[in-house]
Amino acid sequence: MTASAETNQSPAILMRGIDKSFGSVRANRAASLEVLRGEIHALVGENGAGKSTLMRILGGLQKLDAGTVEVNGKDVTGWTTSDAIAAGIGVVHQHFMLVPTLTVAENIVLGQEPKKGVRFDYAWAVAEVETLSKETGLVVRADQKVSELSVGEAQRVEILKTLFRGAKILVLDEPTAVLSPPEVRDLWVVLRRLRDAGGTIVLITHRLDEVIEISDVITVMRAGETVTRLETGKTTPAEIAKAMVGRDVALAARQAAGLAHAGDAGDAGDAAQHMGAHTSADAASALSVTNLVVMGSRGTREVDGVTFSIRPGEILGLAGVEGNGQTELIEALAGLRAVESGSIRIDTRDVTYDNVGQRRDAGLSHIPEDRHRRGLILDYSVADNLVLGRQREFASRGMLDGARIAANAQTQIEAFDIRPPSSSLPARSLSGGNQQKVVVAREMGREFTVLLASQPTRGVDVGAIEFIHSRIREARAAGKAILLVSAELNEVLALADRIAVMYRGRFVTVMPAADASEDVLGEYMIGSKKDAA
Amino acid sequence: MTSRFRTQLEEALFPPIIALLIALVCGDLLIMSYGQSPATVYRLLLEGTWGNAYGFGQVLYKATTLAFTGLAVSLGIRAGLFNVGAEGQLAAGGFAAAFVGLHLTSAVPWLIAIPLCMMGAAVGGGIVGAVPGYLRVKFGAHEVIVTIMLNFIVLALLNWLIANHIHVEETLHTPEIGAGAIPRLDAFMPAFHGSAANLSMVVAAITALAGWYYLFRSRRGFELRAVGLQPDAAEYGGVSVRGVWFRALTLSGAIAGLGGINYVLGYKHYYEDGLAGGAGFLGIAVALVGRNHPLGVIIAALFFATLSQGGLAIHAFVPKQMVEVLQGVVILAVAMSVPEVRRVLRLGRKPVTA
Repeated sequence: MTASAETNQSPAILMRGIDKSFGSVRANRAASLEVLRGEIHALVGENGAGKSTLMRILGGLQKLDAGTVEVNGKDVTGWTTSDAIAAGIGVVHQHFMLVPTLTVAENIVLGQEPKKGVRFDYAWAVAEVETLSKETGLVVRADQKVSELSVGEAQRVEILKTLFRGAKILVLDEPTAVLSPPEVRDLWVVLRRLRDAGGTIVLITHRLDEVIEISDVITVMRAGETVTRLETGKTTPAEIAKAMVGRDVALAARQAAGLAHAGDAGDAGDAAQHMGAHTSADAASALSVTNLVVMGSRGTREVDGVTFSIRPGEILGLAGVEGNGQTELIEALAGLRAVESGSIRIDTRDVTYDNVGQRRDAGLSHIPEDRHRRGLILDYSVADNLVLGRQREFASRGMLDGARIAANAQTQIEAFDIRPPSSSLPARSLSGGNQQKVVVAREMGREFTVLLASQPTRGVDVGAIEFIHSRIREARAAGKAILLVSAELNEVLALADRIAVMYRGRFVTVMPAADASEDVLGEYMIGSKKDAA
Repeated sequence: MTSRFRTQLEEALFPPIIALLIALVCGDLLIMSYGQSPATVYRLLLEGTWGNAYGFGQVLYKATTLAFTGLAVSLGIRAGLFNVGAEGQLAAGGFAAAFVGLHLTSAVPWLIAIPLCMMGAAVGGGIVGAVPGYLRVKFGAHEVIVTIMLNFIVLALLNWLIANHIHVEETLHTPEIGAGAIPRLDAFMPAFHGSAANLSMVVAAITALAGWYYLFRSRRGFELRAVGLQPDAAEYGGVSVRGVWFRALTLSGAIAGLGGINYVLGYKHYYEDGLAGGAGFLGIAVALVGRNHPLGVIIAALFFATLSQGGLAIHAFVPKQMVEVLQGVVILAVAMSVPEVRRVLRLGRKPVTA
């Protein structure tokens, strides 16, 4: 009895000093999480902050490198998935794990089928599921095939499945990413009811309005570390946003390297000059986008009617919490994702339905956000990577011109200081910073009018960041139009002339960089403030 | 530069050599289990293949077909596609070559007849290759499933055509072609008398050379390899990934189909049911052991041809099925060692930092 009284006071989840690396990537470093019983706890952070990894460790899906995990006061470090389920932890993944050809009831009881003799007692399963459905308010039709369900319904089935297995601690990984607003409201009702019945809920998300609405306590993660733990009632969206995307050690180092905008007087003057140039009303736009709508992979409107234009010699910075449509916008502009409606023009040419190659010919350069997936062919040599996308230019009568490819490589390696300066090395063997320089060299070392620079300095060392930034500034001075998307607010603030904030697929504001600050942008980023536009 | 070349060479040669050693050990054990001396059997195997003109001719003949199917499979793999349909494509190509040849009279000069028949072979195989290409591009149907199934369909269709329509009475082959025969080697070198070796092997060598040129020197080859390595990056680079898929499977089918000339134009001068005889499937092993490099494929084709011809030479001592077991061992060893060895080599190589 005393023991149970003791455990009653211990937190439902207590994770301390969690370290987890995948190869050279450190997903969690000394991360911690404390969740009390009967609370809805929001675990927030940008993509790659380590939230999912932490939850996978909790659910026994991943072994940890260091740290301790306690559930209800019991040390369970390094347990297995079946241990976790038995202890009442239920994880609802982003991607559903249901058998489409089975009914809702069959899916829910799968693995714990009620039996009548040797026969599966389906009628009993249906009855059980219907009872559970009524108790929790998770409305489902027990005898419907899962393949006929909407995503919202499928998610309810997932939650019921974990509850059926006796889950007392429910972990939901980005549950609203696939839901429509009314479905989200229904989900909140269910989660509150579960909490009031004594359940504990951990909600992984990066949408701050949801966090404010539903959670009791918030833990913020950034770059694998736990940044802070806040009580929802005593904090503001701005504070959370700052914790999520704000200054960190790396940024401080960057400023020490002399990259703060204030520290660069020459550039500031340059920028002012350009601002003056393009305030003249009739300056033609190099890139103009009108009412652009782009659908995401899951059939949701990821870009929902965006209109903007960029003039020659201007950098438009695009800020926003990741996952608000920036990726889809860039892909649509680059020709990698179909446009649902709206139009895209480069100079005077309508490229809305042009393919990647035609857009390149129209003067579009693109530094993609993921150099390992898109930007480089890792097994190709540096020289070959430096002509990727321009292979037509470097071929005559269908045959590649080796001499010109080599000459181009030599020029670019020197101009962009790619080290080691060997054009025959596979791109894979270069460091991250030099790999990015290869991408930058290819995209900026050619004739272009518009540059899409998506996370141009992600995962790059300070020296390369400085180099890439100065290249972007030079391109602006040379009259190029640049769309800069970055997860680092400081980068946007340091480089952009105007800053747009994207929230849920829309531009919620476009302001001159001079009027912007982290605090101002933060409010737009989390959707607590919107301009009429 | 030289050290890089050496690493490349090591990476290319390691798996086949390891596979060969494993096969040798297994072979020794098998031979000894029959109470024979491995040294004697291996000596006989070599004497029966590379040791005399006839045996060597047979090796060349068998290697020719395998080179075509191996090149076909390796081209697909370079584009990230696994063409398991070389068997059906080879048969279709052989049939198409014979079909064209049957419609020519001996009055047609060889300079016209041979290219016509060869074109027929390539088109026949190419059509069979284009079907999975189209289904992949249009409906996302996986090419492995489609090519496997298509083998059955094509082989059954050809069997029906031969059995019911164009055959010589009491046989399962077509009449002899009117023109388009490719001369045998013994026409120039009497020592090769009796062996099926013919000048189709020159075509195979040219195809390998052209394949190398296409893959590593042409823009389309650059795009094809890019799709095979990283489709997302290729797409970003303005390459039509679907276009490459379709082209690669069609071209792969055409090369496998061209292999049909070895039997039809160079050896029997007619199409016979069962012509492919497993050479299409063995092409997968040839491509694997040859590391999907045209030169490697030629060497691997010679290796597998040697094993298969050598099986006949050692028949008196051990069952000839032993070499089939050895082939299986080589294939398994290579299939397993390739990713392994690669991973190990990668681990040992540190990224070069600035």
